[in-house]
Amino acid sequence: MADLRSEFLGISSPNPFWLASAPPTDKAYNVNRAFEAGWGGVVWKTLGEDPSVVNVSGPRYSALYSNERRVIGLNNIELITDRPLQTNLDEIRQIKKDWPDRAVVASVMLPMNEASWAKYLPIIEDTGIDGFELNFGCPHGMSERGMGAAVGQVPEYIQMATEWAKKAASVPVIVKLTPNVATAVPPAKAALDGGADAVSLINTINSIMRVNYDTLTMYPTTDGMGTHGGYCGEAVKPIALNMVAEIARNAETRLIPISGIGGISDWRDAVDFLALGASNVQVCTAAMVYGFKIIDDLVDGLSTFLDSKQLSLDQLVGKAVPSVTDWQYLNLNYIEKAVIDQDSCIKCGRCHVVCEDTSHQAITHTVNGERHFEVMNDECVGCNLCVSVCPVDNCISMERLTAGNDPRTGAAISGEVLNWTEHSNNPMRKTD
Amino acid sequence: MTANNQIKSGRLSKAEVEENFSDLHPPLTRSEALIEADRCYFCYDAPCMTACPTGIDIPGFIQGIRSDNLRGSAHTILRENIMGGMCARVCPTEILCEEACVRNTHEEKPVEIGLLQRHATDPIFKSGEQLFERAASSGKKIAIVGGGPAGLSCAHRLAVLGHDVVVFNRDDKLGGLNEYGIAAYKAIDDFAQTEVDYILSIGGIEVRNNSALGSEVELAELVEAYDAVFLGVGLANSNALGIDGEDLNGVENAIEYIAELRQTNDMSTLPVGRNVVVIGGGMTAIDVAVQSKRLGAEQVNMVYRRGPEKMSASVFEQALAQTSGVNIHHWASPVRIVGDDHVTGIEFKLEGSDEAMHLNADVVFKAIGQKLHGGGLDALASESGRFVVDADQKTSVQGIWAGGDCVVGGDDLTVSAVQHGKIAAISIDQYLRNS
Repeated sequence: MADLRSEFLGISSPNPFWLASAPPTDKAYNVNRAFEAGWGGVVWKTLGEDPSVVNVSGPRYSALYSNERRVIGLNNIELITDRPLQTNLDEIRQIKKDWPDRAVVASVMLPMNEASWAKYLPIIEDTGIDGFELNFGCPHGMSERGMGAAVGQVPEYIQMATEWAKKAASVPVIVKLTPNVATAVPPAKAALDGGADAVSLINTINSIMRVNYDTLTMYPTTDGMGTHGGYCGEAVKPIALNMVAEIARNAETRLIPISGIGGISDWRDAVDFLALGASNVQVCTAAMVYGFKIIDDLVDGLSTFLDSKQLSLDQLVGKAVPSVTDWQYLNLNYIEKAVIDQDSCIKCGRCHVVCEDTSHQAITHTVNGERHFEVMNDECVGCNLCVSVCPVDNCISMERLTAGNDPRTGAAISGEVLNWTEHSNNPMRKTD
Repeated sequence: MTANNQIKSGRLSKAEVEENFSDLHPPLTRSEALIEADRCYFCYDAPCMTACPTGIDIPGFIQGIRSDNLRGSAHTILRENIMGGMCARVCPTEILCEEACVRNTHEEKPVEIGLLQRHATDPIFKSGEQLFERAASSGKKIAIVGGGPAGLSCAHRLAVLGHDVVVFNRDDKLGGLNEYGIAAYKAIDDFAQTEVDYILSIGGIEVRNNSALGSEVELAELVEAYDAVFLGVGLANSNALGIDGEDLNGVENAIEYIAELRQTNDMSTLPVGRNVVVIGGGMTAIDVAVQSKRLGAEQVNMVYRRGPEKMSASVFEQALAQTSGVNIHHWASPVRIVGDDHVTGIEFKLEGSDEAMHLNADVVFKAIGQKLHGGGLDALASESGRFVVDADQKTSVQGIWAGGDCVVGGDDLTVSAVQHGKIAAISIDQYLRNS
């Protein structure tokens, strides 16, 4: 089995899977259960000033379901910890003592004044925590009070608060970023400039789940009124992966370590984050949907995968980053066509109808009077829609054309790379 | 059936009989339906639709279930097949829509279309909510002979299209084989009458029960008095075996016993034989065999003259008979029924050999098919005892349409009869509007 021991900013954990700062890490009771189940570390639910915030005593969550009622997205309006600071500190101290091999990081959210940071961080650090995570991400509730995402959306604030935190802390400082921005690079750069040791992302996304079809009010509500929440779970993973990759491939931010967060449910999701530049990962929603036991598959699956690829954990980190680029650098001379494997085709016709209705009219429906689905290379643009909608795994694949002419355009297939920056249709093209 | 010391009621308690005749396929719960609905791939030009004789938009109605739009889902079903409720219960889906499901290729387990169809339609039959609106009155009046699936389907569609209809029905109740022929465990809780009531609730359909063609009413009169006539008379007479002993007591037509069973409130009071022999290989044979077993017959032997692949009962139905404890014998033809006053046994010749087989019997059910009842229908062209019709269900006589089991090409399925009635109604409508 591959060695999954992880060192993130010098913080050791037996595996790279931490529970993200969220309800699962609100109390010693939960954290004990998580460590018993095998989680590598926790980021304790965000601590704030005393007196604590107050949470609603009505619905805090709502879900986006697939039809078989599997949760694919979760929305929450819970605030930071609503327990007295001292209670949390006592529990953290005990947990760290009981579980010395696990990572325990404290998430903090404080007002935008240096005094607060100078006052609270040393008290918290005294519990024996391995690091801080600065919550500049929560998009609901706390942001109305000038904290959370309200900080994370302004790079200058990120830098300022990070500097205060670094001054007050001696353990590593991770800055947790919000996805509610146009691009994650300036916030990451600001964290770096403020002295952050790492960034973690993403926090949750502004969201309203749906309306109540009986009352025609938003759903859910607290006494008839609702507010936007933070969206997470499987459905947000692609958004998170893009932001992680943006930071990992940007010249100004690529050296900052990343803790990847956003919809990680099984080991493959972890591979996505790690290969796109994260050094470890944090999980919340999957645990809130299935319980802590999912750690078994995360650990076993990742370990088996690394063995099969003969990679170490470190070697996996960032492996896919060089394959991420801007659109303008994609090779416009590269041509693929879809190929339908007739032996595995079940003749549902979905490829045909989506191509016919919404794309390029490149898949047959009937051939010689028989129901038969086949790609017409003279129409296929290689868009991959049929592959995406086919219900049968590996039934439709994409194959590269390497010689002759593209039957669609008639143009000769060139082995030379030609991207938009050099293309003759581009009035801004580079010329010698 | 005449009772003797071998044929008696009360072989099982009322509770046992009720248990044996409970719903063969219990309805899906909402959760089960949502999970099953999600298995539908929403195929393009879906093979299940093509396989459905009434052409129901199956992916369409399943999408309605998925999106919690059961009313729309029911409308999608019932606008093509007004007996979509009964068909959901009695269709041999394993040789129709579910056989065509692409999931069979993928994983050898089709989407449970029949059960989903029932899930979508049950609420409408429970509430009675009217999903259809009648077109403006055409002032035309059509006579429909036969109150079974073909006749009622035709009547409903004609009523929707704005015509008035009179249904001449042979029996006490409407429904035809849905009421008198379908196995009891396939249509519990008097569903046939619930469906009839729903069909009639559209309005414009007058019903005359106990009005058989050839006795209470004559075809010539109908042709004279109405703008069009539809015949959905079914096949009323059972075929005879034509062998010695057929007139002994205890030799019965299966459809008559089933009709009696369907009209009995407490089935534990029905006389049941100890040794029952059923002759035939179709759905009626299966139905009478299984029901006899479930009423408490000790031995039920079903005998068919050819092999299992030739049986018109589906593989599912054959398996149902076997798991219900019915012995099925193939390749044996009845030669002679034995007994003095009452049947005691029946002798068979085994096909392809000189050997004979004897089975003890105190009841012999004949289930070798039915034929047309006379009733002054000689004017219509027929083949093998069934009316010849064109693609619009027109008979050889102008102004007379026919459908269901009584026409050539009728395949003894409720769903096909419904389709015939629907096509005929559309054709009659065009005919009347153009004349």
